[in-house]
Amino acid sequence: MAILYNTDQNLRERASSCIENDFKHNAIETAQETFYVKRGQLVEEMPDWEIIRDRAAAIRNDVTKNLDFYVKQFAERAEANGCIMHYAPDGEDALWEILGIFADHGAAHAVKSKSMMSEEIGLNEVLEQAGVDIIETDCAENILQTAGDKPSHIVVPALHFDREAIAELYRKKRGYEGSSVPEEITHFLRSILREEFLAAEVGVRGCNFAVAETGSTTLVTNEGNGRMVDTYPKVQIILVGIDRIVPDLEALDTMMCLLPRSAVGAKMTAYFSVDSGPRKPGEVDGAEEVHIVIMDNGRHTLINTEFEAMLRCCRCGACLNICPVYRHITGHGYGSIYPGPMGIVLTAALEGYDNLGGMPFACSLCGACAEHCPVEIPLHDLIRQHRINMVEEHKNNPVEVPIFKGLELMWSNRAVYGTAMAAGRPIMKALADGEKGAMDESSAWIPIVKGWTSKRDFDVLAPELFRTWFKKHKKERNAGSEEGGQDR
Amino acid sequence: MKIALFPGCMVDMIYPETGIAAVNVLERLGCEISLPDKQVCCGQGLVNSGYADGTRSVAKNTIKAYDACKEDFIVSLTGSCMNAIVNDYPPLFEDDPVFSAKLRSVTSRFREFTQFIVDELGVTDVGASFPHTVTFHKSCHSTRLLGIKEQPLKLLDNVAGLQYIEMEHADRCCGFGGTFSFKEPEISGEMVREKCRTIIESGAEVVTGVDSPCLMNIKGALSRMRSTGELDRDIRVMHIARILDAKE
Ligand code: SF4
Ligand code: SF4
Repeated sequence: MAILYNTDQNLRERASSCIENDFKHNAIETAQETFYVKRGQLVEEMPDWEIIRDRAAAIRNDVTKNLDFYVKQFAERAEANGCIMHYAPDGEDALWEILGIFADHGAAHAVKSKSMMSEEIGLNEVLEQAGVDIIETDCAENILQTAGDKPSHIVVPALHFDREAIAELYRKKRGYEGSSVPEEITHFLRSILREEFLAAEVGVRGCNFAVAETGSTTLVTNEGNGRMVDTYPKVQIILVGIDRIVPDLEALDTMMCLLPRSAVGAKMTAYFSVDSGPRKPGEVDGAEEVHIVIMDNGRHTLINTEFEAMLRCCRCGACLNICPVYRHITGHGYGSIYPGPMGIVLTAALEGYDNLGGMPFACSLCGACAEHCPVEIPLHDLIRQHRINMVEEHKNNPVEVPIFKGLELMWSNRAVYGTAMAAGRPIMKALADGEKGAMDESSAWIPIVKGWTSKRDFDVLAPELFRTWFKKHKKERNAGSEEGGQDR
Repeated sequence: MKIALFPGCMVDMIYPETGIAAVNVLERLGCEISLPDKQVCCGQGLVNSGYADGTRSVAKNTIKAYDACKEDFIVSLTGSCMNAIVNDYPPLFEDDPVFSAKLRSVTSRFREFTQFIVDELGVTDVGASFPHTVTFHKSCHSTRLLGIKEQPLKLLDNVAGLQYIEMEHADRCCGFGGTFSFKEPEISGEMVREKCRTIIESGAEVVTGVDSPCLMNIKGALSRMRSTGELDRDIRVMHIARILDAKE
């Protein structure tokens, strides 16, 4: 599957190389800072934010609980609007359906806008192999496509590039001759994309929310290229994840109240389109033929499991924007096209535990993601649940098993604990720097503590347990109060 | 008032001075304290690493120890351990009605140290004096997951001579995360260094908190930064109990 793209390295290797990449690391930190402030201000302005969150979570739960009903309703209404429906149980089915549409039209040229699902199934590569020229038209996606890179964020996928790097990239790959001023780069991009829009036979795009009651699909963008993809080519292919459905326009309104605010700290995006079918007689623009591919690709397997809540996710990226781990290891540290907190939960739920390279451990369980998630997904609990499942399925690191067994024994038995403390005290003391009373970098040869002491000092065991002191204290106090009694 | 104390194993093993300070403060406020000797650790390190079965045996030991105490409140000196008991234990005993019932009787009596003083004893001024600039690390588990936000700050506010300075992103994770800091030390190391930078930038002389593990992490990193020359002054790291016990 294409969700995972870096299984050659494990978490530690991926994380280290991302942490060392100062540029990427700083870019993400700055972006997080900006989103944090902007989102915070907007949420502050909305006293009923929590009420809307509750409502959104309830709407999304309702869809999950009645998924078949809503998928059917959406499909029927969209068909009634004149769309051609395709149902794809998994990614491969979706690819076949899409290749079929291209073949039917003998199309060799396509433009594309915003679709995580297409990333998930590796659509670009498959189309290119089939001889189709497919161009990403959103700025960030175009940068990634040109660079042959992977997204580092689900909303702002090229967050890890700066304008210098972008200008250089276009100079090298697309004959750009201008400066690194963003407007100039955008202008250049616009000029090359115009040609593409005009030449394209097929437009491929994603869908933020699909409205069951009206059979409509929606698209949220800030650049407007999505609308060009929507209107220029004669044939339209819209990829819809089954978890993208909302019941009606009112529910859409609720979700749209949360999505841009959570995503980038904006009240609304520059462009928000609601599409309901192909061009009607007398209309001047829009595709003549609209295909909607509804994809499941493993999502239904989450229903009635501990990960069901993940189907509420609206891909706003708020959890990435707040996560202190994402902040440092950046999107590429996770090795999945879905990074950050939502990425851990979703990737592991869809892919299983074999090829994750430790991804579920890229989390300190701080809970910031859950606090910020507009649909109240308890992300940190779900991440921990993945770890529990991994241990149950023996997908944990075998080296650690006896260590945890030992800890279990010590932590559940006062006598073992007392003995271990008594034995550990002189050992730690001997290893510590006498003046600091802590183990420093000189203890970096000891396997378990070496990671810790490479970055910080480790305080050693106190000469006496607190509970030992407490017993003596209790005795003295009791004796004292008895004496006090005699005095009186 | 009679209370049972839950120090958390880190206070027990490494920072008894925190436990002693807490006992002093609570006794001054008229509490009679008991400490079940059998209890050892909450097992958070196990559950966070996915060892549900192992956690159950550790948890049973904790639950039994505190179920045996009949005091009205169990006062915790460590927010994250309390969070493990209150929020992480229940799902582990869903299929065990006997322990679920015992657990409920334990969790309903649990209060974090500052929460207990402010909400149950109704005290916001414990009569401490500590003439220093202090910044407060808002630990994830106590602040965010247990919702203890106002209480520690109210108490600090009434300490004579104390000047409170808020650090940037005071509620950002310090990167300890229990076994996380051992299993992923590179990521954790980045996180704690960033936390320390915000502490240093605040200009405070002392950093405090309600959670010993976070404080251990921060103290270790500040100490290393001091020895490598990245930090040019001493910043004291103290559990809030020690500040509330201070008479400087
Ligand atoms: S709980 Fe984990 S994933 Fe969520 S914000 Fe904290 S570190 Fe990130
Ligand atoms: S998990 Fe929540 S915060 Fe993260 S992308 Fe999904 S909806 Fe947004």
